[in-house]
Amino acid sequence: MAQLVEQEKSASPQLAHYAAEFQRAVSQTSPQPRWVLQARESAMAQFERLGFPTTKLEQWRFTSVAPIAERPFVLATDGISKVDRKQIAALSDNPALAVSVNGRFAPQLSSLKGLPKGVQILGLEDTLASNPTLVEPYLAKLTLTQTNAFTSLNTAFLRDGIVIVIAPHVVLETPIEVVFVSVSEGKASVSHPRLLIVAGEGSQATVLERYVGVGASFTNAIGEFWLGAGAVIDHYKLQEEPADSFHIAGMFLHSARNGNFSSHSLTFGGGLVRNDVVAVLDGEGIDCTLNGLYVGRAKQLIDNHTTIDHAMPHCGSHEVYKGIMADQSHAVFNGKIIVRPDAQKTDAKQTNKALLLSDDASINTKPELEIFANDVKCTHGAAIGQLDDDAMFYLRSRGLSVSDSRAMLIRAFAGDILNRVKIAPVRHYLEDLLTARLPHVD
Amino acid sequence: MLEIKNLQVRAGTKDILRGINLSIGTGEIHAIMGPNGSGKSTLARAIAGHPEIEVVGGSITYNGKDLLDMAPEDRAREGVFMAFQYPVEIPGVNNAYFLKAAINAKRKHQGLPEFDAMEFMALVREKANILHLDPTLLNRPVNEGFSGGEKKRNEIFQMAVLEPKLAVLDETDSGLDIDALKAVAEGVNAMRSPDRAIVVVTHYQRLLNYIVPDFVHVLQDGRIVRSGGKDLALHLEEKGYSGIEAAQPQLM
Repeated sequence: MAQLVEQEKSASPQLAHYAAEFQRAVSQTSPQPRWVLQARESAMAQFERLGFPTTKLEQWRFTSVAPIAERPFVLATDGISKVDRKQIAALSDNPALAVSVNGRFAPQLSSLKGLPKGVQILGLEDTLASNPTLVEPYLAKLTLTQTNAFTSLNTAFLRDGIVIVIAPHVVLETPIEVVFVSVSEGKASVSHPRLLIVAGEGSQATVLERYVGVGASFTNAIGEFWLGAGAVIDHYKLQEEPADSFHIAGMFLHSARNGNFSSHSLTFGGGLVRNDVVAVLDGEGIDCTLNGLYVGRAKQLIDNHTTIDHAMPHCGSHEVYKGIMADQSHAVFNGKIIVRPDAQKTDAKQTNKALLLSDDASINTKPELEIFANDVKCTHGAAIGQLDDDAMFYLRSRGLSVSDSRAMLIRAFAGDILNRVKIAPVRHYLEDLLTARLPHVD
Repeated sequence: MLEIKNLQVRAGTKDILRGINLSIGTGEIHAIMGPNGSGKSTLARAIAGHPEIEVVGGSITYNGKDLLDMAPEDRAREGVFMAFQYPVEIPGVNNAYFLKAAINAKRKHQGLPEFDAMEFMALVREKANILHLDPTLLNRPVNEGFSGGEKKRNEIFQMAVLEPKLAVLDETDSGLDIDALKAVAEGVNAMRSPDRAIVVVTHYQRLLNYIVPDFVHVLQDGRIVRSGGKDLALHLEEKGYSGIEAAQPQLM
């Protein structure tokens, strides 16, 4: 009891700070639909109830967010003048490019001309002002039931973001790239980017969601993905923010029957990184692939928590996460698979593999299976290892340098994930990034 | 070309090589024979520079250079090649990609222009033809899922592409049926050259029917106990290694 009281006391100045920030933000936001304000207020109330998570919570056991909780982050302002144009340049050929800076849609940095008929890429703030019914059935609906303080905080500060709406049966040939830039403003600043994707029945699209930064800041991002029946979304989330940044992200998927969702989480940057992915397979015949590659160095902490909720029968989920950890970096992987009583004939497979490149690198990995149906196939596996000495010697004995041999073996380890990146220029970009992130030889 | 003097290697507290002396000249083929545990493979690995080999005494001089002072990759670039007894499977690394990196590392070291994809493929096709190698092996990950014979042929294929000055074949015959053995031997014989020395490490005389050595050395308990011409191998076949033990210790 004493402990509880103490905890509340120490947390309260922080909560008071965010409560004041919330009041300030609401007063500064242009008028929003009532349902949005209600969602924000209830999210703020939930955040105040929850407080920042501590390592006493199972879901945050290995990830202390004290460095975030201790700092009175203030909402970042526009920051557009400081954006590095090279950072936001598109990676693929002729994509639709939507840029958001400090959570605010930046049409002047975006390139959205000539979108195919039936495809809308919009700023959320504009949409809420001009056509709120477009997003009302979806916005902040998936996050409603979450009990994650950061998710609540994002919704509480909901103002702007990027909305992608694809009409039924529209097939996009070229990728959509969405870039979220966090620009530091000297003091501790936070932005709450939001991405909402509504893919109509039978539509198909490829989406690359990128996070870059100028200086250190705190990015608290939310993505909400709605797949209609038979929609096919190939999604990549590439995070390459500066090394001293905080990146907390939640991605929430809801798919109707026969949806096909594949997502690749590619984490390279940031100092403290937490990704929560929650996929609800709410229809029969859904195929969900969640892949991840995380590459840590120095003192990076990279935490991936995924939940795949098999609510209906005949769905498949495939999950492969791979980590490459150097120096004193630390990784956490927690893969939860829920198979509800109705979800017979579920086929779920989960693998987490980590390559530790130094004695001081470490990982905590945990599968979490909650199976309530009896006719299902669920497998999981984890493997943690070092670079194979025999393979290293074999390569060197053929004339390859130590660093080339290491690079070749590391690339091979990451191959499972990288080879599935379907956008070739993005794949090449990732290969270069991988080599650049781990150039040193221990 | 290769001068080994009083080479001593220890593994933990155990002496594996206890003073090896061996002189190998250009154009020569030497066979190193011996029973299991005699130190044959250790000798091969010491030449290639395996990091787990702890040399506690003696020297290896290669073309006037101190080989023991060189990293394995530098030895390879200078023309030393070891065909592994157990070629390593490397999932995710494409065989052709690996081999192109290897030959270009060597060419760069020699001050030669690196091969582009076209030049490399032409070279590889030519060598694959000579060895009757299934070209689809090139597009597979290095040794992954290869049969025993395919692995060994892949080693000889790498040797053919890299064209070493000194090739050490570590029990290349082990685990091969007679057809695979002949194919491997044919590949090695195609590599015979006045500019190249080949060291064949083997337990059995069988391989030497197909790769005829100029010199045969018998290794036992970490020492060369006998050296001779190709007839020594036949003698061994007849008498076995125990027959050698009774013989005079060699003086070199």
